[in-house]
Amino acid sequence: MSSASPQPVRFGVVVFPGSNCDADAHHAISTFPGATVDYLWHKDTDLKGVQAVVLPGGFSYGDYLRCGAIARFSPIMQAVKDFAADGGLVMGICNGFQTLTEAGLLPGALIRNTGLKFVCRYVNLRVENAETPFTRACDEGDVLRIVVKHNEGNYTVDPETLAAMKANGQVVLRYCDADGVPGDAANPNGAVEHIAGICNETRNVFGMMPHPENSVEAALAGGADGRRLFQSIIDTLTVAEVAS
Amino acid sequence: MTRRADLAAAEALGLTAEEYAKICEIQGGEPTYVELAIYSLMWSEHCSYKHSRPVLGRFPTSGPRILQGPGENAGVIDVGDGWAVAMKVESHNHPSAVEPFQGAATGVGGIVRDIFTMGARPCVSLDSLRFGELSEPRQRFLLDGVVGGIAHYGNCLGIPTVGGEIYFEPSYEGNCLVNAMSAGLIRADDIVRAVAAGVGNHVVLIGSKTGRDGIGGASVLASQEFDETLEEKRPSVQVGDPFTEKKLIEACLELLNDHHVVSMQDLGAAGLTSSSSEMASKGFVGLDIHADRVPLREADMEPWEIMISESQERMLAIVEPAKLETVQGICERWDLDCTVIGEVTDTKMLRIHWHGEVVGDIPARRLADESPVIRTPSVKPDYLVDEPVAVDDASYPPPKDLGAALAELLAAPNIASKRWAWEQYDYIVQANTVQIPGSDAAVLRIKGTGRGIAFANDCNGRHCYLDPYRGAKAAVAEAARNLSCAGALPVAVTDCLNFGNPEKGEIYWQFEQAVEGIAEACEALDTPVVSGNVSFYNESFGQAIYPTPMIGMLGIYDDVDIHLDGAFKDEGDVIVLLGPPAGFVDGSEYQKVHYGRVEGRVPDVDLALEVRLQAAVREAVARRLLKSAHDCAEGGLAVALAESAIASGAPGGAQWTDPAAAKPERSGRWLGADVTIGAVERPDLALFGEAPSRVVVTCAPGDLEAVHALAGDLPFAVLGVVTGESLRCTMGDEELLALPVSELHGVYESLPDRLA
Repeated sequence: MSSASPQPVRFGVVVFPGSNCDADAHHAISTFPGATVDYLWHKDTDLKGVQAVVLPGGFSYGDYLRCGAIARFSPIMQAVKDFAADGGLVMGICNGFQTLTEAGLLPGALIRNTGLKFVCRYVNLRVENAETPFTRACDEGDVLRIVVKHNEGNYTVDPETLAAMKANGQVVLRYCDADGVPGDAANPNGAVEHIAGICNETRNVFGMMPHPENSVEAALAGGADGRRLFQSIIDTLTVAEVAS
Repeated sequence: MTRRADLAAAEALGLTAEEYAKICEIQGGEPTYVELAIYSLMWSEHCSYKHSRPVLGRFPTSGPRILQGPGENAGVIDVGDGWAVAMKVESHNHPSAVEPFQGAATGVGGIVRDIFTMGARPCVSLDSLRFGELSEPRQRFLLDGVVGGIAHYGNCLGIPTVGGEIYFEPSYEGNCLVNAMSAGLIRADDIVRAVAAGVGNHVVLIGSKTGRDGIGGASVLASQEFDETLEEKRPSVQVGDPFTEKKLIEACLELLNDHHVVSMQDLGAAGLTSSSSEMASKGFVGLDIHADRVPLREADMEPWEIMISESQERMLAIVEPAKLETVQGICERWDLDCTVIGEVTDTKMLRIHWHGEVVGDIPARRLADESPVIRTPSVKPDYLVDEPVAVDDASYPPPKDLGAALAELLAAPNIASKRWAWEQYDYIVQANTVQIPGSDAAVLRIKGTGRGIAFANDCNGRHCYLDPYRGAKAAVAEAARNLSCAGALPVAVTDCLNFGNPEKGEIYWQFEQAVEGIAEACEALDTPVVSGNVSFYNESFGQAIYPTPMIGMLGIYDDVDIHLDGAFKDEGDVIVLLGPPAGFVDGSEYQKVHYGRVEGRVPDVDLALEVRLQAAVREAVARRLLKSAHDCAEGGLAVALAESAIASGAPGGAQWTDPAAAKPERSGRWLGADVTIGAVERPDLALFGEAPSRVVVTCAPGDLEAVHALAGDLPFAVLGVVTGESLRCTMGDEELLALPVSELHGVYESLPDRLA
């Protein structure tokens, strides 16, 4: 292993028309010395050589159809699919998560909250699988406090797929109480089995409804627990680079 | 042939015979229909401020920090390090009463456009709402629709809605109030004013296509009282498209901040008419508008309809010919229409073309400057003709169970937690929110600096009803006090003055009194009025709302790290009441909730005391001597203590108190208080009575002396200490009330269950 400090990890944040957490994701990543970040325009077709892609929160195309249903047809999404197929790390946050399910990169769907209202609230998240590129800086059972803000965050999936996902460790985050116990009282949207975040079978595509990019600075109301997810990506790619 | 419009046509559009005569004089004969439509809109109350202008001159509007006072789309305040804040509040009361969801949504859209038109990136929204009593199903429908509309539009734009207020009084039953406030950050050097300039430059329309929505919104909805024809007015309400507005924000800020356009104006009330005539008159130029070039949603629109349509999400820009291609390129990138619809001329005329024919030709400055001014002779209302006197406490028998009375107050809709509303708003987007809703003030940081800004809005309509002068003065003082409790220095005001029909002497009297109260308080607190809005005709079936001069205030921090909230922090901390100990029943929430009465002499704010009190609180916050500071307002001392206890829920203060998401972590305990009040005949009034200039603070025991020294000769009473689990109040050996904080919390958060 070389003693020279590793190259910063290059992130790309996709900007769809109507994205509104793109700047927050950009800002959050820029607080990490080990990372650089660029915007990727939805009409472009290449990823500018980034090593990790973030699909941000917001209301792409106004979400006037199903959330993310139009964004998945943006020109950039073909490049994202190819990137994911090659094992590239893709993280979808909120509307980005919705877009990944619409694009078929993640299983299941996100439907209307059971409360039928938009909800912006701090929630606790239990790390169910710390063996993913997005959670390796955590331990299984850790509780992260991060804000949710969505109207369609109710994760649903057919029972067979869910069983397979659980067997494969694809359920990554669950809504829980402060002691790490998942339950209805802690679940802001009615998601099946309190699921807040999942990954694909190969664990390189990850989606979550809560917003870690709004929890990277202790001085703000959001706290800093979201850092560990971005740090995980940086660690993963830094180790990969050093190893190669 | 262009048709001419006669007096009957003018009267049908709401103009008076006098106004019509004036129009004929300016136009040198009968106006065309297009001209008449334009005059009727521009001279409506909503656009011309004809009743309010003569009175609003009373406001202080300048100061060393004020970069732009009233008269532009928003006021602008220097907040340090080259940064400035543009801010404004605007009413969307009448549209919301007709169609609450779209009315409120487009209210947000309109005020946000005012902010980015200045070149500022909108960074915060707040909303002041008033409804009738929630026992009425229609009021619950309005409340649901308005909150949902604000959430729908604001969340999609990615602008955090960080605060606001909601009150319920029977007087708002036929006329809900929706006052949307927004503010944005801008480099002080980059402020853009909406002035047309450069003969030969293009007039460019950017954004949505123009339809028939919102035709006559300013004259039909905003400048008349409501009656049984309310339902018929629905077609005048615009429909919002936040997705297009989001794209407009990004495109327009790029156009403005990179200086690709000369100037810009949003199309609000009266649409193309007001934006073009205001830009022309301010620039001492003329504008030629080709109405037939405006992209339409409906093919067969008449030129007058195109000129006054209030279709949302549209901007008018003045562009140099050499930069047109760049401007079109940026708009295309954001998939926005961008159409040259006219040019700047040296004629000083607003000239409307329609397929080669001139259908309107109006002197722009005379349209703007010669709108009528009306000063209604004011008359003291009947209910105040006898000088109000303080109520006789003896006619208010004290309750037997003070604990039950406290629970009753905490459950009252005006005091109870509004979490169910603000949880529907994204209050965290943009990554600047330091203090979330539910506290005295919303606090945000300015990225890349240590600085911060804070916002509060306030108005007690009941106090303004009982005494518009004192009530308005108190609204300014309370907004400032809320900011000072958070440690921010109050620096400027934007106001939304909601009143009844100004043609009535009693209403005009209320208006004059309120303006005087605001002016005096703003002078004393050194917070000039930089922008605002007047909303008249808030009456239905002849019944006016409580006069409601809503005050929105900006506070600043050199170091936002000092910010403070109202939550109790640690057991053993000392609780102090800063300010006068006596509370009064007159006009209080206690009076309304427990006794079902609204009467008496509301206490007057001693502005000299208020200024000293707030300075002391800010200084104590800045020196980090305080653990919490909370304004003592509706519900008096006991409610202030209960709120501080409830907010303690878990580490970090108010934001952590959601029982569904988190358990109190501090040893699993709530923090309460053990306090003693001085011996008085009416302990209930000491606990629940209200008075201005009072703040409940806590500090570590070791800092008490320093806090006392800072307070100087201000009234200063050590009440007790922060304890675990329950709120207990005594008077001498007598226990007045003792309740578990968890129980108080349950009552405080009970409104959604009771509404379901």
